[in-house]
Amino acid sequence: MAISFSNALGVHEQALLLRDQRSSIIASNIANSDTPGYKARDFDFAAVLQQRMGMGGDSNTLELATSSERHIGAAEQGISDDMLLYRTPLQPSLDGNTVDEQLENAAFARNALEHQASFQFLNGKFTGLIKALRGE
Amino acid sequence: MSLMSIFDISGSAMSAQTIRLNTTASNMANANSAAGNADDVYRARYPVFSSVQAAVAANNSDPFAMSMDGMMPASEQGVKVMGMMESEAPLQPRYEPEHPLADEDGYVFYPNVNVVEEMTNMISSSRSFQANVDVMDAAKTMMQRVLSLGQ
Repeated sequence: MAISFSNALGVHEQALLLRDQRSSIIASNIANSDTPGYKARDFDFAAVLQQRMGMGGDSNTLELATSSERHIGAAEQGISDDMLLYRTPLQPSLDGNTVDEQLENAAFARNALEHQASFQFLNGKFTGLIKALRGE
Repeated sequence: MSLMSIFDISGSAMSAQTIRLNTTASNMANANSAAGNADDVYRARYPVFSSVQAAVAANNSDPFAMSMDGMMPASEQGVKVMGMMESEAPLQPRYEPEHPLADEDGYVFYPNVNVVEEMTNMISSSRSFQANVDVMDAAKTMMQRVLSLGQ
């Protein structure tokens, strides 16, 4: 019996990857907090994660066609532009910038914590697998 | 990997904020540099920021390698200084006939630097710099954690 990593690791592998990508998007927002005309962006984590896990959502992703069941379908890994949404600013600014630095900092800190949580779940899965392999 | 690009993104922002801090220092230093005619006077200058793709900001000129890496460059925006802008505010002519640079009417021209404005600019840029340092630090911690996966 083969070990299926995707079955063993569940949602956590994709969640960790997405947390990773989200952190760089929020980092872009913080970096551009003084850039005139820059619009703060983010994505709907739950929706994108569902899409990645193949559990519904809109399935307009680009994937390689697989003609044999032994082919590996290469799903796109990045966050495409249509997944990225714009933040609604609480306060309009004169230079057209919609970055709220406090909000972005909070989002980044929260994302870092959730990244740690995903990591711990994933690490637990691996520890479990190693235990199972050793048969201890 | 996306966490890696945070170093490029925050790094570009830190360098842009440093340039802003530098111009503030230059404006403050020259706040009292008088000149004999309006054309030679120092004028307050400010950097103009614009967002740029993170890989470009980091001088990584291989977009193909980036898309192979699985990340979408469109979502990762660094900062660059597009150019410098000179302030259009009116200069300050002062009547100082004893001044060695005074013109025939006894006027010298002082720069249009508003010191209070420069102070707020200084605080703003150092705060933004700090925010980016924090982001970079958090990204470093996240990465170190990921590196310990399975151990």
